[in-house]
Amino acid sequence: MTLLTVEDLSIEFGGLKAVDGVNFNVEAGKIVSVIGPNGAGKTTLFNMLSGLYTPSRGRVTLAGKDVTNQPPYKLARLGMSRTFQNLQIFLQMSVLENVMAGCHLTEGRHIVTDLLGLPASGRRTRQSMKDALGLLERIGLQSHATDEASGLSYGALKRLEIARALAVRPQLLLLDEPAAGCNAVETEEIDHLIAEIAAEGVAILLVEHDMKLVMKISDHVIVLDQGMKITEGLPTEVAQNPKVIEAYLGVKATEEVHNALG
Amino acid sequence: MSELLQFFFSGITVGAIYSLVALGFIIIYNSSGVVNFAQGEFVMLGGMSTVFLFNAGVPLAIAAVAAILITCLVGIALNKLAIEPAKGASVVTLIIITIGASIFIRGMAQLVFDKQFHRFPSFSGDDPFLIGGATILPQGVWMIAGAIAVFIGLFVFFTYSLTGKAVLATSNNKLAARLVGISTNMMMTLSFGLSAAIGALAGVLVTPITLTSYDVGIALALKGFAAAILGGMGSPFGALVGGILVGLIEAMTAGYISSEYKDAASFIVILAVLFVMPNGIFGRSTIDRV
Amino acid sequence: MKLTKLSPKILTLLALALLVIIAPMFFPSSFYYRIGALIFINGLAVIGLVILVGYAGQISLGHAGFVGIGAYSCALAPEHLGISPVLAVFLGAFLSGLLAWLVGRPILRLRGHYLAVATLGFGILIYMVLSNEAQWTGGPDGMAVQATGLKALLKSMGFKVSASEMWYWIAAVVMMIGALIALNLHTSPTGRALRSLHDSEVAAGTVGVNVANYKLSAFVISAIYTSVSGSELALMNRFISPDVAGFLHSVELLTMTVLGGAATVFGAVIGAAILTSLPQVLTVLHDFEHIVLGLIMMLVMIFMREGLVPSLAKILRRRPK
Repeated sequence: MTLLTVEDLSIEFGGLKAVDGVNFNVEAGKIVSVIGPNGAGKTTLFNMLSGLYTPSRGRVTLAGKDVTNQPPYKLARLGMSRTFQNLQIFLQMSVLENVMAGCHLTEGRHIVTDLLGLPASGRRTRQSMKDALGLLERIGLQSHATDEASGLSYGALKRLEIARALAVRPQLLLLDEPAAGCNAVETEEIDHLIAEIAAEGVAILLVEHDMKLVMKISDHVIVLDQGMKITEGLPTEVAQNPKVIEAYLGVKATEEVHNALG
Repeated sequence: MSELLQFFFSGITVGAIYSLVALGFIIIYNSSGVVNFAQGEFVMLGGMSTVFLFNAGVPLAIAAVAAILITCLVGIALNKLAIEPAKGASVVTLIIITIGASIFIRGMAQLVFDKQFHRFPSFSGDDPFLIGGATILPQGVWMIAGAIAVFIGLFVFFTYSLTGKAVLATSNNKLAARLVGISTNMMMTLSFGLSAAIGALAGVLVTPITLTSYDVGIALALKGFAAAILGGMGSPFGALVGGILVGLIEAMTAGYISSEYKDAASFIVILAVLFVMPNGIFGRSTIDRV
Repeated sequence: MKLTKLSPKILTLLALALLVIIAPMFFPSSFYYRIGALIFINGLAVIGLVILVGYAGQISLGHAGFVGIGAYSCALAPEHLGISPVLAVFLGAFLSGLLAWLVGRPILRLRGHYLAVATLGFGILIYMVLSNEAQWTGGPDGMAVQATGLKALLKSMGFKVSASEMWYWIAAVVMMIGALIALNLHTSPTGRALRSLHDSEVAAGTVGVNVANYKLSAFVISAIYTSVSGSELALMNRFISPDVAGFLHSVELLTMTVLGGAATVFGAVIGAAILTSLPQVLTVLHDFEHIVLGLIMMLVMIFMREGLVPSLAKILRRRPK
């Protein structure tokens, strides 16, 4: 089943086409990676999909609904959540509260109940706490639940963002460089986590520079260069595509490689 | 028609001073991200120092230059003692620090000077020019000329001088500026000094018309801040236009609607503009990088 | 029972209750009840600002405008509508909330300094109306406020208290209720949504928080708090002038919020206590009053950036046991 459809998606910043006419689909339960050299427009693409930037052209369809130009909070209701390349942790909250904040949609909006501190308010908080603790256990941070989030290591914060995004109970999860800045062990952990999430039926769209990770876990890879999709396909196909090598190494380097190989 | 022209003249005269205060705001804002609510106190210090030096027998021109230099030093001291130590603090914290500074400077002025209203003679007499049935005071011409001269001076400084470019670089990206060898602290000090000097100049120009006392600063700061925001915080041209606009709105409201609501009118216009253009008239929208 | 086992909410309430009950034992004269009442009245407004500034991370340089609305509702409504001054408190709160709701949406789209100038302008507009519409408000000279009749009521029931004493306890109870509500909010789902705005509006949006609506809620709630404090002020002083709605009062309230510690209810009350009693203490310094006030504002903000209470707590915690 196709969960996300992206058609002709484009955005310009002052005449510069950061993303230009990109098309692709994401199926439920699949891991799709977006790769490309720095400045290819990967994060910009994510920011359009998640409603932070307004595309200048194109359409995004989520679970059959046109969601182009929808604000982030509405996308969350429709089952999309994400993590960020530049961490967006709630630094003044505890680790547990960060994940609990992700439970916002299941908690609902009951301002008066919360102001008066009625029992129902406490019940909702306790339910979120239970859910959040479960997620923390999953990412291995349960022992840090009451710590201030600002005290965690970079790799832990990356995982915390994943837990928070999972608390939204998404159908589609956008991960922007989840393994950046992580050591080998942490990358391994994230690799397992992503595979597990996908196995539960959540579609994953991944931006990642760690090619080993990408090639290992992706079902499908999309390659961007200078805002345009240059190819897509199975990881093995993409890896051997000359266009991709060229995009990463440049034309001249590619020639040199060919020459060297004789 | 001559009535409209008269309101126009008084509008751009007052507006010139708001422009100068707004320019002072954005010089500091651009180099440090701080909105300096003590900006109005620089205007007060410029006027008051000139008055007291002049009354002590110093020739007016020398008194004015000395007043500008004194204020410049106060501006540098403000940066060194209050802003630099608070590096990295939040917007609210910085606003409170500069408001604290403005209260402090006002308190000092009350002690060093006094609580009376003062003035000194206009630079070129008080015989008004008659243009199209409306009048403008020679001092008003000085004020407008002063604002334009400062704007052109700043334009040249930021466009052609290496130091000016270094200040711009600091405002664009502090880290990058440091990496290419610019002392960003030096640039901040320079900005505070420059901004204070411009504020003091405004004080020197306006005192013959509006008089000065220890507590004129806060109202000027609010108007100047509003003008800078109206123009789009960070744009020197925006500050110039914003200041003139606020002056004109006030003069027109006072003339045609009600003098009691002249201050209200400028804020209504500012709110209306911000509702349509959340970054002011000439401000650029910013994009979150995540 | 060990103290650390109590939740921060109960601890804060206990500490505030102790403060309220113990302080009068040290009052040399009934004048101090008045200062105490003023502290609690300001404290209520500042707790409202904690919700806006500390929880939701927004700024307002115009909240004194709502003090003005609350105060003048209690001055005008009894005279022109014939409702009792106590009921007028609710009318003022309703009007403030309504106005905040109407202007909040466009204003709160702005950020940082743009938000600061918009709220500043909003506050100044209210101030201008109050001081210019002299036929209603008595203009800059202010106007008298009808008596609440509470003191007479107490007297008829056999309690003889001075007005200052009575207001001390009224203001204390109202502030405690305000503190309880703010503390309820802090750990509630709504509170978490507000606090998520403080750190990252972008991330708040992606977990489903309707950013504009929650900002607006915080604005309206804080406006109601501030309005009630203005009403209390009018009813206690039996007199009101537009200065309570002025820019300087807005700055004072914001400073109290940050001085004590922006994120905490307890810090708000401490901030209110310091800045309310300071002028009384500083009057002995006469001409040095402004210098010292300015210095304190700068020094605390430079060296105790998180505010007095959190900074001192940190220093205490760091000390070896």
